[in-house]
Amino acid sequence: MTATRTAPPPADPMLPRPFRVTRSHLDTDDTVTLSLEPLDGEPLDFAAGQFTMLHAFGIGEVPISISGDPTWPGPLTHTIRDVGSVTHALVTAQVGEVVGVRGPYGTGWATDAAAGGDVLLAAGGIGLAPLRPALWEIADRREDFGRVVLLYGARSPADVLFAHDLGRWADEHAIDVEITVDYAPPTWRGRVGPVTKLISRAGFDPPNTTALICGPEVMMTLTANALRGRGVPTDRLRLSMERNMKCGVGLCGHCQLREFFLCVDGPVLSYDRLAPLMDVWEF
Amino acid sequence: MAEASILELHGLQDLLQILRSRGYRVMGPTVRDGVITVSDIANIDDLPRGVGDDQDAGHYRLRDRGDDALFGFAAPMQSAKSVFFPADELLWRGRRESEGFSTEPAEAPSEPVALIGVRSCDLAAVGVQDVVLSSRGFPDSRYVARREDAFVVATTCADPAGTCFCASMGTGPKPSAGYDIALTELLEPEHRFVAEAGSQAGADILAQLGTEPATSEDTSATEQLVTDAVASMGRIMRTDDLRNLLYSQAQSRHWDEVASRCLACQNCTMVCPTCFCTSVEDVSDLSGDLDERHRVWDSCFSQEYSRLHTNFVRDSTASRYRQWITHKLAAWTDQFGMSGCVGCGRCVTWCPAAIDITAEVAALRNSADQDREG
Amino acid sequence: MRTIPELLTDSPFFHGLDKAVIDLVAGCATTARFDAGDMLFRAGQSADTFFVIRHGRVAVELRNPSRGTITLDTVHDGEVAGWSWLIPPYLWMFDARAIEPTSAVAFDGACLRGKCDRDPALGYALMRQVSQVMYERLQAARVQMLDLYGAPT
Repeated sequence: MTATRTAPPPADPMLPRPFRVTRSHLDTDDTVTLSLEPLDGEPLDFAAGQFTMLHAFGIGEVPISISGDPTWPGPLTHTIRDVGSVTHALVTAQVGEVVGVRGPYGTGWATDAAAGGDVLLAAGGIGLAPLRPALWEIADRREDFGRVVLLYGARSPADVLFAHDLGRWADEHAIDVEITVDYAPPTWRGRVGPVTKLISRAGFDPPNTTALICGPEVMMTLTANALRGRGVPTDRLRLSMERNMKCGVGLCGHCQLREFFLCVDGPVLSYDRLAPLMDVWEF
Repeated sequence: MAEASILELHGLQDLLQILRSRGYRVMGPTVRDGVITVSDIANIDDLPRGVGDDQDAGHYRLRDRGDDALFGFAAPMQSAKSVFFPADELLWRGRRESEGFSTEPAEAPSEPVALIGVRSCDLAAVGVQDVVLSSRGFPDSRYVARREDAFVVATTCADPAGTCFCASMGTGPKPSAGYDIALTELLEPEHRFVAEAGSQAGADILAQLGTEPATSEDTSATEQLVTDAVASMGRIMRTDDLRNLLYSQAQSRHWDEVASRCLACQNCTMVCPTCFCTSVEDVSDLSGDLDERHRVWDSCFSQEYSRLHTNFVRDSTASRYRQWITHKLAAWTDQFGMSGCVGCGRCVTWCPAAIDITAEVAALRNSADQDREG
Repeated sequence: MRTIPELLTDSPFFHGLDKAVIDLVAGCATTARFDAGDMLFRAGQSADTFFVIRHGRVAVELRNPSRGTITLDTVHDGEVAGWSWLIPPYLWMFDARAIEPTSAVAFDGACLRGKCDRDPALGYALMRQVSQVMYERLQAARVQMLDLYGAPT
């Protein structure tokens, strides 16, 4: 499965490459999408599902999934939520500021392996950001896939990300987009309830489906179990797992989930390999 | 395997001098602050002559052996790990520029190290770290450089300590590979060393020292010494099916029992010769214009280790102890094709709560057997 | 023109119930239609009715003087709305508003309770179905309560 593309390892994989912020788009009150251009002009080639280590000078680094379109040459795109000192620095970075980038790292969604069947993507909250590149990879060769369904759970209508893309995927790329929120004002005419509730109505053929799931771990486990119950094979259920990362290159040990280094063996792992780990407390 | 030869006591002194004259920083075991530790040594007088050790769970004492053995002890407090894998390593220095920032990698390690008196268990641990740090996707280039430049003189353990179990782990007491010269210290009838070259560099130096071939008495004395050492191992660990045992016991109530004793003090991970976890720290100055990236030793026993946003994945001591032992004895084999434990016993010796990894494995086997019967 | 028992078999709620049971409860039911914006029931009113949505969409809402109205749940084709008819004091806790033109089968709560009292086998069969719905709603409510997509606290 050719799910990764990495630049040849530099002499020192811990040296960040400088990238300039060319655009900062406020998605919600705590989430921003940054467009980054390399100072050396060398574009960063990546596969959907991979991440980079983003560096705020003097503060630190965090792993952030790439949220851009891998099929379209353009700036490196990251969607970042303000949850700590490094992400705060990134979220408040001004156009023209320079941040450091290492990567891309990790296993991707492997959309090419899903060709020939149906694809169900389930996104929870900011989990839509790492799935966005997969949706663009699929849209780019839409005829290679059967039915494609996106189930997206957001906190509230104001927290829905990439509204413009959601419209394009539905209208121009024959992707069934179903959205639900946890709560809503009365002006919302869409669904309210957990994302798992969208599964029973979704049009897909479970034994012939690859499911790509991304979001908070509780949401991913509930969704994976529900899909497994519907008959999606566990080796075709792919989750993007998250743990603390310090190096991104398999050396610091922090991202281990039992035998898996999430920066090298993941972050995308199939449920047949994850299932024994997901039920164990504090694993 | 090269022919064994005999190195007299003065030959050992000559060996140190040759290494120094070739530009090596010579390091070896020496007594300091009541422990045997690895430090710079100038000559054989710096070695722990006549010093032995008593080690048990949560117990370390030096003792007078009553003889002149230079290597008559088991695992020193430190292994070879801190020589090749420093606790704090500067990776690069950054400076804010008018446009963005520039980075300059830190200087490569300068002085090659000659490490004298490495125990077989610690040698095996270096071999484990070679796999972990230099044989996978992104090798640690500074580690590789230090290893390539190093000269290793290993020694056979004649006096295993109370916490030793290298025989169970297949890593000793006699070094089998990974050294330039291996020495077995014989005290009777004369104080001398049986020397074997493990590399061309080692063979060259032995040739330069002009050693005599070892006799058959010398080699049988060595073999007897090893047999006796194996028989007097302080502890035993059954390693059969260890991976499945630990994986299957993830939900055991035993973890809470260990947690009632474990202080999560991180001693075990600090003294363990194979633990490799690190953290990456960006250190800035007050102006904010300079940034130094350091890689520092870290431990899975710290709460911060498993921070995820505003919470900790492994909040309880029980989950952290489980993580450490499961990784060391089980996940490690899936990751690297070998056990992470070399049986040096340091985690047992230096645990203030006297927690014994071999006893914990035995307890888990008991637990698993009870689950099967119950 | 389909009979009420035939309409009921469209709903997953009634799958697995005997035809005899369905016919019996159908005796308490009428069809109902709501325009977008119509209230099916209001919080505080007596809970007399149990709805099976045939087609449309119903929002379950809570009105809060300081925060306005919040939608907690939406009910869709084939799903049921309301079970306060089952639990004393038989008062609605929430508002239910059709947000699209909605057709439903409406059961008289008192009639259903009466039939369940007289026929325990019917009562048990119905309670099993209601418990299943309540279980799923409770799970969903708890997951929503976790605020999984909210900012980490």
